[in-house]
Amino acid sequence: MQQSTIALRRLLGDAADLSGRSIHGAQASSSLGQVRCGTGFGGCLPELAGRTVLLVTTEQLSAGLALIELDGVARRIVLCPPDLQPEHLTTVVADAGVDALVTDCDPIGLAGLDLPLLAYRLPLVPAEVDVGESRTTEWVMLTSGTTGAPKMVIHSRAGLTGAITRKPGGNRPVVWGTFYDIRRYGGLQIFFRALLGTGSLVLSSAGEDVGDHLRRLAGHGVTHQSGTSSHWRRVLMSPDARIIDPDYVRLSGEVADQNILDSLRKAYPRAEIGHAYASTEAGVGFEVTDGLEGFPAALMDRCGEVEMKVEDGSLRIRSIRTASRYVGAGAARLADREGFVDTDDMVERRGDRYYFNGRRSGVINVGGLKVHPEEVEAVINRHGRVRMSLVKAKANPITGSIVVADVVLNEGDASSPEADASHATLKNEILQICRDELPQHKVPVLVRFIPELDVTEAGKLARPHA
Amino acid sequence: MSVRLTIIAEIEKVAAEQNKTLHPLADELVLLNSGLDSLCFAILVTRLEDDLGFDPFTASDDVYFPVTLGDFIGFYEDAAKHNSPAALAG
Repeated sequence: MQQSTIALRRLLGDAADLSGRSIHGAQASSSLGQVRCGTGFGGCLPELAGRTVLLVTTEQLSAGLALIELDGVARRIVLCPPDLQPEHLTTVVADAGVDALVTDCDPIGLAGLDLPLLAYRLPLVPAEVDVGESRTTEWVMLTSGTTGAPKMVIHSRAGLTGAITRKPGGNRPVVWGTFYDIRRYGGLQIFFRALLGTGSLVLSSAGEDVGDHLRRLAGHGVTHQSGTSSHWRRVLMSPDARIIDPDYVRLSGEVADQNILDSLRKAYPRAEIGHAYASTEAGVGFEVTDGLEGFPAALMDRCGEVEMKVEDGSLRIRSIRTASRYVGAGAARLADREGFVDTDDMVERRGDRYYFNGRRSGVINVGGLKVHPEEVEAVINRHGRVRMSLVKAKANPITGSIVVADVVLNEGDASSPEADASHATLKNEILQICRDELPQHKVPVLVRFIPELDVTEAGKLARPHA
Repeated sequence: MSVRLTIIAEIEKVAAEQNKTLHPLADELVLLNSGLDSLCFAILVTRLEDDLGFDPFTASDDVYFPVTLGDFIGFYEDAAKHNSPAALAG
């Protein structure tokens, strides 16, 4: 039988030796031996056989352990990310066909949903777990950071784990760490790498101080550590950055620029440094370990497990690692007729490499938080003296990008000392409206007054990549 | 205004705007413990580029992430030397 069709818990059971392997949360840990023959469901797991289960936890450790128990038992697992807004809960439940809920403390009011609600409790208790015949469970992940209800995509475990190859370890036992939450695609990749490899896993914890987290990672002897560029920039600003000594440093989830790659090389000269391209919809596209930003053009237009091409300027991916479809009535098609997923990430070829060049939609990524320019422009345009505005990204060494705005005034751009003084006041007024209406990461850092903005033939604001 | 004073003034301004309580701004202060978060630093670097006309993070060939306030100010002061009119003329 192929490994991909065997339930996760059974895979652990078949592993020759689980001794010394654990999953460590910030507050508690569980050995994989306990996971193999224990349960957090208190004997209720068989009730979830064949169900569509929404998994909502406060602790990543509970989520990880419940995933191991539910794979092969539930028909479908809907993995709730830590920032799901309670107002979207009903839509998620209805669209995904959820008929059972699992939680470690009901953080968002599940009890009102009138569905069977099962508690997941740590520590695990020893149990003979027999839930009958194993099935192939669908894994549903929520996409991040869009306005409105999140989109949901269906993955198979085979697809989710399709990119995993064994990373060379040193003489030390492999210990994976992820700054990224395992309920997000990037973090889940690391969860599987630890579980299906030979290692342990150290989880992150929301709100934990960088120094405390690094000390915890060092205490567990982390050898393979993953995070976004923003995570790593915070690490490098910490005096404790060098208390970890990884063999492998991985970046994913955000564009890795040359500065962060070079900085990590300098901080961890022994480590292999790789940046992976992945998205919740398209899965893992590739990993680059040559220390250079962008990726080799040779990866494009070739046959193999992952096929990539550029169309209308954006990267398209076809592979078994892409999600199979969006969930929900009337959901858009995820892939085109040929099976390619449009990542909406714009790429540009220079020489023998491709470089990422922002999002097609112009969405700005501020340290992992997404900003839709139109939302900010609408707020700026409320000021009576503003005719129009263009909100765009500016590269930033700390958060990758930051929001800036070009503004055209009704009275034009008269340059005089009086106008300058008036502009300073006006800038403050515009920024105050933004601060009153928008979260901090969406407020423009710079506002520039310009005489006019380019408009397309269709009468729309000319945006970068639009 | 000197580079140092410009930086201190911008830090205080950003902290006030973002409702952050600053620790006393001494050279040995670890930036991550200063009371400013990542977004504040991102704003600070962008504003300083606007004020000073350069961004040492992208201008420098030598990659660097400052850890203390003293490192941060020194990083900008060094870059300022290379961006002075004399340096440009030379």
